[in-house]
Amino acid sequence: MAHVTLEALTKRYGGNAITAVDNLSLEIEDGEFLVLVGPSGCGKSTALRMIAGLEEITDGAVWIGDEFVNDVHPKDRDVAMVFQNYALYPHMSVFTNIAFPLQIAKLPKQEIRRRVDEAARILQLQDFLKRRPGQLSGGQRQRVAMGRAIVRDPAVFLMDEPLSNLDAKLRVQMRSEIHRLQRRLGTTTIYVTHDQVEAMTMGDRVALLKDGVLQQVDTPADMYNRPANTFVATFIGSPAMNLFHASLGENGDDGSRLALGNQALHVSKHVFDRRPGLRAYANQPVIVGIRPEDMEDTALVPDGAQGNRLHSKAELVEALGSDQIVHFALDAQHVDVVDPDLLTDIAPEPGTEGSFCIARFSAKSQIRNGDPLELVVDTDRLQFFDPSSGLAIHH
Amino acid sequence: MATARTYDPELLRQSRMRRANAQRLRKFGLHLILITLLVVMLYPVIWMVFSSLRPEAEIFGGLGLIPTTWTLENYRTGWNLFGDKTFGLFFVNSFVICALAIAGNLISCSMAAYAFARLNFRFKWLWFSLMLGSIMLPIHAQLIPQYIFFLNIGWVNTILPLVVPKFLATDAFFVFLMVQFMRSLPPELEQAAMIDGASYWQRYWRIILPLTVPALVTTAVFTFIFTYNDFFSQLIYLTDIDKMTVPVALRLFLDPSGGTSSFGGLFAMVLVSIGPVLGFFLASQRLLVRGIATQGFK
Repeated sequence: MAHVTLEALTKRYGGNAITAVDNLSLEIEDGEFLVLVGPSGCGKSTALRMIAGLEEITDGAVWIGDEFVNDVHPKDRDVAMVFQNYALYPHMSVFTNIAFPLQIAKLPKQEIRRRVDEAARILQLQDFLKRRPGQLSGGQRQRVAMGRAIVRDPAVFLMDEPLSNLDAKLRVQMRSEIHRLQRRLGTTTIYVTHDQVEAMTMGDRVALLKDGVLQQVDTPADMYNRPANTFVATFIGSPAMNLFHASLGENGDDGSRLALGNQALHVSKHVFDRRPGLRAYANQPVIVGIRPEDMEDTALVPDGAQGNRLHSKAELVEALGSDQIVHFALDAQHVDVVDPDLLTDIAPEPGTEGSFCIARFSAKSQIRNGDPLELVVDTDRLQFFDPSSGLAIHH
Repeated sequence: MATARTYDPELLRQSRMRRANAQRLRKFGLHLILITLLVVMLYPVIWMVFSSLRPEAEIFGGLGLIPTTWTLENYRTGWNLFGDKTFGLFFVNSFVICALAIAGNLISCSMAAYAFARLNFRFKWLWFSLMLGSIMLPIHAQLIPQYIFFLNIGWVNTILPLVVPKFLATDAFFVFLMVQFMRSLPPELEQAAMIDGASYWQRYWRIILPLTVPALVTTAVFTFIFTYNDFFSQLIYLTDIDKMTVPVALRLFLDPSGGTSSFGGLFAMVLVSIGPVLGFFLASQRLLVRGIATQGFK
């Protein structure tokens, strides 16, 4: 086991024309599970491949333990990698696939047998050791790939979207299996995914990248509750946080008025106390972020404060069973956050019918498509961002 | 105005019959054409089979296909025509050259292909283009300089000029075939092996080579067929009767100067010599098609 340090790690392609990873600095603790997450093309896989030694480093440094490994061959870095397509050797049995790194290391046959059996037991692969990868299901193949990684007892696990080839149900199952396995082995793990749910559920910490630049590295809870900027705010959480241009009124003793289009919310004094930096935005425009789950049907919260209510019409209600996703128009200018994975160009034009906003209501809500809508916003949980930089206003 | 339609099982049956008959007729016509073409193409072979089974004097004597007298005499004389040496010697010579050529091509072409497909080295694309360019160089242009070279180093009248170059990856076609095949293998396999600690050699030997089997079989089959059928270079480099191969020896049945030619023996030995190629092809046909199909040639 070892800690991993990335120091201003940079990767440029095509004679410096494209920067895939830009100045990435991270400190991954011994035994930590760090998830690198971001939209496609954000450089997360490239960063992982640089740590593995499969990609040349343009600039910066990688340390594994106390060793500077920039020029160390992949086989000498003491890392094991699980690939997106598993990269199992199709002509070898499951046993040989798992035993391969040990055979290469010329371990005695009995020791290989013992270690493979142990890995197979942990991953419940005992009955499949004689099969070829082609005769296994997706989940079993995934386990074989894990087996090949754990059998070596490496210092660091590197996982490049290992669950993306599985169907949704199996993904949830394997997610918890990998998580449990990592806890049990206590091996430092760097896990790449584009799925924010995987990132939030698996990682001790999550590092979010966009265009090769690190946006925030934090615990999943802090990432969700204290996003560093508008990109993080919209990337983490599903449905994404609603972001609108708004303006704060005069900061009085009991808080302030937040104008949101032709409606208004009341921001209490507590919010200003928690975010002292917000006082500077009195009588100024801000970007306000409202998480869908911080809104509720007024019918279910009859004692919700009058000043925290918004009115609209339910345009679309998606019942998920456990809760309901309600789409409604809000007469406030929506903030576009450029994310290559979202089809922002087909988003509704601001100003025409207002911007769309999404709320997550309890399943008990009786709201139907086309109903007039009154909802309560938990204003204590509002997020505020600077309109010019997009950075969060915390302090 | 729409007419009312009623369901009439008899009408339906008749129309189905008409369609089935038309289809049957079309199939019959197609088969007739194909069988005719087959007979035209197979006739010389069939004629040769029957000629090898009739007495020498009868071969060009009668017009009929079926011999009046059946005999295996031609096989006996053909096999033993060359004094104390039987035709079996030529088979052995051919097989030795074929086996060495196959081994040479498999080893050297796969190694060269691995280098071109997966390794990075200076001027890789220049070397690759030069190698591909060599495919376009006609054999006749290379023949004389090559012959002079082999003569100077004393290799003429040995099997070395036919075999040694195969160990130096000179068959650019096979190198190209394998390069294309290896490029189609997912690079992650090798990267995984690299992280698992495998050296270049281990990656080539344990990962790439076993996965390239269809291309290797294609190479083996074609090398066998090309080498076994290669009359020209074997004629040029092998002069001693002890060293001659099947195609060169078959020529000895005919006397171009107008002396006695043994057509019966020739036909008999031609038929015997077709056997190995046919057997080799049939045995590896399935893998051969897979090898070619993966190349996108099929």
